Amino acid sequence: MSSEETSQSLYAAREPIFPRRVKGSFRTMKWWLLALMLGIYYVTPWIRWDRGPNLPDQAVLLDLGNRRFFFFMVEIWPHEFYFVAGLLIMAGIGLFLFTSALGRVWCGYACPQTVWTDLFIQVERWIEGDRNARLRLHRQRWTGEKIGKYSLKWTVWFLIAMATGGAWVFYFADAPTLFVELFTGQAHPVAYITVLILTMTTFLFGGFFREQVCIYGCPWPRIQAAMMDEDTITIGYRDWRGEPRGKLKKGQAAPSQGDCIDCMACVNVCPMGIDIRDGQQLACITCGLCIDACDDVMDRIGKPRGLIGYLALSDEIRERGGETPKSVWSHVFRPRTILYTVLWAGIGLALIVALFLRSDIDMSVSPIRNPTHVVLSDGAVRNAYDVRLRNMHGEPRPFILSHTGAEGITLALEGQPGLVVMVPADEQLSQRVYLTARPDSPAAVGHQTPVRIWASIDGEAERIYADTIFNGRNQ
Amino acid sequence: MADNPKEKITPASRQYPDPQSKLKQDPPTTGHSWDGIEEYDNPMPRWWVWIFLITVVWSVGYWIAYPAWPGIQSATSGLLGYSSRANVAAEIDEFEARNETWFAQLVETDLDAIREDPDLHRFAVNAGASVFAAQCSQCHGTGGAGVQAAGYPNLLNDAWLWGGTMEDITTTVTWGIRNDDYPEARWSQMPAFGVDGLLDDQEITEITHYVLRMSGQDHDEALADAGAEEYEWNCASCHGDGGEGDYELGAPALNNQVWFYGGSEEAIRHSIYYSRFGVMPGFETRLREAEIRAVAAYVHQLGGGQ
Repeated sequence: MSSEETSQSLYAAREPIFPRRVKGSFRTMKWWLLALMLGIYYVTPWIRWDRGPNLPDQAVLLDLGNRRFFFFMVEIWPHEFYFVAGLLIMAGIGLFLFTSALGRVWCGYACPQTVWTDLFIQVERWIEGDRNARLRLHRQRWTGEKIGKYSLKWTVWFLIAMATGGAWVFYFADAPTLFVELFTGQAHPVAYITVLILTMTTFLFGGFFREQVCIYGCPWPRIQAAMMDEDTITIGYRDWRGEPRGKLKKGQAAPSQGDCIDCMACVNVCPMGIDIRDGQQLACITCGLCIDACDDVMDRIGKPRGLIGYLALSDEIRERGGETPKSVWSHVFRPRTILYTVLWAGIGLALIVALFLRSDIDMSVSPIRNPTHVVLSDGAVRNAYDVRLRNMHGEPRPFILSHTGAEGITLALEGQPGLVVMVPADEQLSQRVYLTARPDSPAAVGHQTPVRIWASIDGEAERIYADTIFNGRNQ
Repeated sequence: MADNPKEKITPASRQYPDPQSKLKQDPPTTGHSWDGIEEYDNPMPRWWVWIFLITVVWSVGYWIAYPAWPGIQSATSGLLGYSSRANVAAEIDEFEARNETWFAQLVETDLDAIREDPDLHRFAVNAGASVFAAQCSQCHGTGGAGVQAAGYPNLLNDAWLWGGTMEDITTTVTWGIRNDDYPEARWSQMPAFGVDGLLDDQEITEITHYVLRMSGQDHDEALADAGAEEYEWNCASCHGDGGEGDYELGAPALNNQVWFYGGSEEAIRHSIYYSRFGVMPGFETRLREAEIRAVAAYVHQLGGGQ
């Protein structure tokens, strides 16, 4: 074994990151976004929406037990799950669109990992102080102060994590009921296990794993390179303006020196612990905090802002030549983004049209083929069908069954007289239906006759049908 | 001067290293080399290694707590006494305990009133379907269609040998048909008119044509006329004057389109000459009363219930 092999390490220790506090327009926007997104997350399950006596009054409810999904005025049944698939495809294409136009804006502003990490770092800052204080505390031995501050920090993190995991389950059951049940120990074990898992993931991901989730765990940073091109507007360092970097000495003009005074402000505020001046890299989530930090420094040393900023790679030559860069819109509007937008809007329109065209009654007919047909005493031929009727409506409604397509056939229901089936509110019901052909009718004598079974609601114009086959004696 | 970025931006003034050059520096390698292809040393994060080590420790505890190591006869049983087979048995017990109230209700409820309680009826039909699949489908078919022309009755149509009410079906299932084990079992026997010499060939042919006429099939009018009197003497006491059959005696109707052993001239002649009838076991000891009632409810709703 060579000495090289023996010196290998099996792991790389994480370099702890202590982002410095920063003020600026991006930071302010991120706080507002954070408040908005957390607000949506916590408030949504508590919004009420009256749907009548037979349906839940929660505006957004994923009722997995009963397999019904409510979103304000929309109710989705499992067989309509393509709406959700469509929304997921739209979310995917939307992500492509934003990444190709504006780089990793999802990662930097909207990803839950970023939002919760931001919140956890802020808690850390409140309790332990800013970067230098935290660094000192980190390097310190375990004194009473360190133990006190760390346990307080972990407690607050854990409470936030519990509130996060706790809010999640409200989307899957009636929120006020579940809230009481959770605290009185009566909730279903699944609810407690879900809360526990999400509490622990939030606590660990937001408090300890942080940037490692993005670098090691998340596939998206590796995919989005394919979405970006030289017209993508993303965060970058204008090296042609900043280099050669060097410390600024008072009263000394340094003509050979660039605008970057190597103050490390951009590195110190970075929650990913990287140096944006190294160029675009996997670990950069484009959170914009380095822009705020650098702009602040530029203001103070009397240089124009934007040494670090949103820029497109294709503008580099132009900017080097001292020309003004192309406008934002000319970067954003290009065949790629237009294609994404058209696809996105097309799917969205199709979904909306489908949503308005869909019927609130549905029927499927499965013929019973064991046996194919039954001959009755008088020679008549009978076929049986399982008719599944879906009443996607908040009231129980009478479904009237009828048939067309063949002469000499009568329709009857198993177990009850008449042709009306009462289907409970928001339920489906299976009813066996018999079609009986007169002994001498063509359907009874023949091989197969196509028939159509109809269902309608008493007093409503809409009718639906299902086509099936009637088997005669001649099989 | 320095405030004006334009003046600095000339390629000649770029003295700093190309940012790309950083990427050209290779990370350390493991020292492995295959035909000149080397392996980069990109170590895993520490927490990852820790999780790996914890799973190793966990597996040792798992071996001790759960069944793990295979032996010759069986595997080590583990300290927790876990057994997936015992879990299944417990789950079955739990389900049966839950069904017990339904079964009790099924026994208490009047046979014809089962249908009036939709929940009870649904339970009875579902429970009866599984009983039917296990106990009845071997002869009557999984769909209840029997075996046509071979004597296993079709349970879906409106023709019955011994009656199609809930009461009739329950009696048939409980005691069986022509079953020596139970005196309560239904019993009847048609004479073998040909074998026993009760009728000669000509008379049997005449009765055959008479039966063909009764069921509306092609027949010889003269033979049928001649068979009318023979039928009245020999057959009408059980099958009825008009061939309408008799549930009390298990005598099938002959004036309809449903045949247990076939309705052709040959098949009818064979039945008269040799006599044909089926047997069915009783389920009094094999099924509980509630299960018998459940399977009766299932058969009753197959399409022929009376």
